[in-house]
Amino acid sequence: MLGKTLNISTSPHLTKGISVEVIMRNVVYALMPTALFSVYSFGINAALVLITAVTSSLLTEHFLCRITKKSSTVSDWSAVITGLLLGLTLPPIFPLWMTFLGGMVAIAMGKFLFGGLGYNVFNPALVGRAVLQAAFPVAITTWYAGFMDDRFSTIHSSILTLPFMEPIIDGFSGATPLSAFKFDGVTTDTTDLALGLTSGSAGETSAVLILLGGTYLVIRNFMNWRIPIAILITVLLFSGILYWIDPGQYPSPFFMLFSGGLMLGAVFMATDMVASPITSAGVILYGVIIGVLVVVIRIWGGLPEGVMYAILLANAMSPHIDRLIQYRVYGTKTKTS
Amino acid sequence: MLKLHRHTFKHGVHPPENKTETNGQPIRQFPFAPLLILPIAQNIGAPSKVIVKEGQEVVRGQQLAEADGYLSVPLHSPASGKIRKISNVPTISGKMTSGIYLEPFPSSTQEVQEGTPIDVESAIPEEILNGIQNAGIVGLGGAAFPTHAKLKIPEGKYCDVLIINGIECEPYLTTDHRVMLEQPEDILLGIKYLLKATKANRAIIGIEANKQDAADFLSNYLKSEDLISVEVVPVKYPQGAEKMLITSLLNKEVPSGGLPIDVNAVVVNVATTAEIGRLLPHGRGIQERVITITGSGVKKKGNYLIPIGTPLRYVLDQVGVEESISEVYMGGPMMGVAVSNLDISIVKGTSGIVVFNNNHVKRAERIYPCIKCGACVDACPLSLNPSKLGILAKFEEYDQMAADYHLMDCFECGSCSYVCPSHIPLVQYFRLSKSIVRKRKAAAC
Repeated sequence: MLGKTLNISTSPHLTKGISVEVIMRNVVYALMPTALFSVYSFGINAALVLITAVTSSLLTEHFLCRITKKSSTVSDWSAVITGLLLGLTLPPIFPLWMTFLGGMVAIAMGKFLFGGLGYNVFNPALVGRAVLQAAFPVAITTWYAGFMDDRFSTIHSSILTLPFMEPIIDGFSGATPLSAFKFDGVTTDTTDLALGLTSGSAGETSAVLILLGGTYLVIRNFMNWRIPIAILITVLLFSGILYWIDPGQYPSPFFMLFSGGLMLGAVFMATDMVASPITSAGVILYGVIIGVLVVVIRIWGGLPEGVMYAILLANAMSPHIDRLIQYRVYGTKTKTS
Repeated sequence: MLKLHRHTFKHGVHPPENKTETNGQPIRQFPFAPLLILPIAQNIGAPSKVIVKEGQEVVRGQQLAEADGYLSVPLHSPASGKIRKISNVPTISGKMTSGIYLEPFPSSTQEVQEGTPIDVESAIPEEILNGIQNAGIVGLGGAAFPTHAKLKIPEGKYCDVLIINGIECEPYLTTDHRVMLEQPEDILLGIKYLLKATKANRAIIGIEANKQDAADFLSNYLKSEDLISVEVVPVKYPQGAEKMLITSLLNKEVPSGGLPIDVNAVVVNVATTAEIGRLLPHGRGIQERVITITGSGVKKKGNYLIPIGTPLRYVLDQVGVEESISEVYMGGPMMGVAVSNLDISIVKGTSGIVVFNNNHVKRAERIYPCIKCGACVDACPLSLNPSKLGILAKFEEYDQMAADYHLMDCFECGSCSYVCPSHIPLVQYFRLSKSIVRKRKAAAC
């Protein structure tokens, strides 16, 4: 007895048992209701977009790890999240080659160029989407109505557009509630918005399911609830004040809350741990900034939707927020610089 | 008088407590090992100076080594026996230090030699402090800082509150819990000595809510003592740290780089207090201490009164361990030290021995980059930024860590590493960074 070798390590010898991989995997679980609903409402086309985006992200991550001679990091699930989020922000009939390109850009430019997981300044999925929006402004605003009868049997022609070709837009229906409001002054019923019975990006339509996934992550303590709450309250208050001033000109705050990519952005994109501030007070300021920017862009900007740019801008500010807002160190009057 | 606190210090963590397996086990006396191994450096500060010779016969309680200066304490013989050897002994750090090999007489009655008794009523503070030093007493919570030096109130300061630390926030350990339940008279007498030595106005015994039985028992036992109150705080690690306990009980913060006396408090561990109450009336020296032996690898878990110098191998033989043990820790699992050599022995600062099986300890498979989740920031009891400190440590920016991010305040409680989902060995980084900063400072002088 006791002649054996003992393991030694430095204290603490206990861990909470949570790993990056567990957190990321659970974010993927939390996104599942939203992803499944997008397939249910937009059919086989949305499924193809999502699968392509995830595949492209994973392949890019693996390939880049290979050529830089690092061990592959695809198993940490973070590339899956990037792919899923990217796919969910795209129109359900977005051409697959463009989707694939978006995944490549998201991982290569949004994440790998900065040094990989943990070093990205911006949410990688949004970097991918921003590039797609700049490159393919028509395709990315070509919407498709949900709940079409043939959605599980027909692959839309635009989705199979050959690489480097623009899709031919056939007469389509289904302007998003935000563009309908912005360009035609038509508002959509709030209940329809909350449940997702409208057209829009693949995964942005059902606010209820997004909140369900977010609630799961908050309960498991894998998400900072202060971020979505700060964003949503800011949007509600800011647009509420505008609506109160002139209900004829400005949309109702509930329309603002449940339309477009706000829910998906507030719950799943702004909460990217790497690109958001680290202290509780810091994330609240970050959330308020996003909320204000969303309303400003939507109402006074040239685009119908502003969530993506709002989050990207706030991402860029978050290191500065961290420098500005730190806890007061115990036993001192000063904050860490 | 029993008082319940609802608020505690900021942040902290809740590791699984795992105390129920031993907190009902009364303290049991351990037999003498055939050979006791006594390193002479068992306290923070100067090691003691050996005053016995090889081959000499000694009596239990006799001084084997005397204090070498003010920040030092004597070492007493834990048993009547013969000095076999004075040479190098292994220690937990891996280094060899000088020490004494003592062979107890197997048939001796092991009666303890007594010294000059200190009377609690008539002694003046200096006499009590000398008595504590002569008894060889150091902080038994694990730090092993000479207690008399801690009790010496600096010129121009005064002590208002004496805090008796019965928190025992380390998971698995139950020694303080048992001491509180079994040695109330020693604790009371110890507090009387300490109140006199520090001239404090009152004493608080701080206990966590997971030891409600001890709190109820002590507050009942002490109900006629107007100066002593028992106060219960919510369970949270690392509440047993002096600074955290002061904040929980007094709602004050010890200034960065300062000591409890800067907020007019002195904190003494409850087992140390009991030892003072037991030894000083007889002028004895410390020869044994209570240790929790527990963990998935131990067969006879419990709380044992073990002679100082008992080899770890002998201890584990006596309590029995599983075939599959893979790690042994001295102290608790949060701040304790992993043992690499079973030939080391029990010292005054050993509060627990935790033994785990192969299947118990989950090792991190890989270290991920920091994802800035903020878990460490919300765990650090000092509100440091371990995330930022960890990144700076990686870039070897040690001076910036100390100058801008309060590195030197870190007391290595391990809360940040415990919660980190990326399994970054933050405490390890900080320990290393601190020692480099200290060396650079020393070199600059």
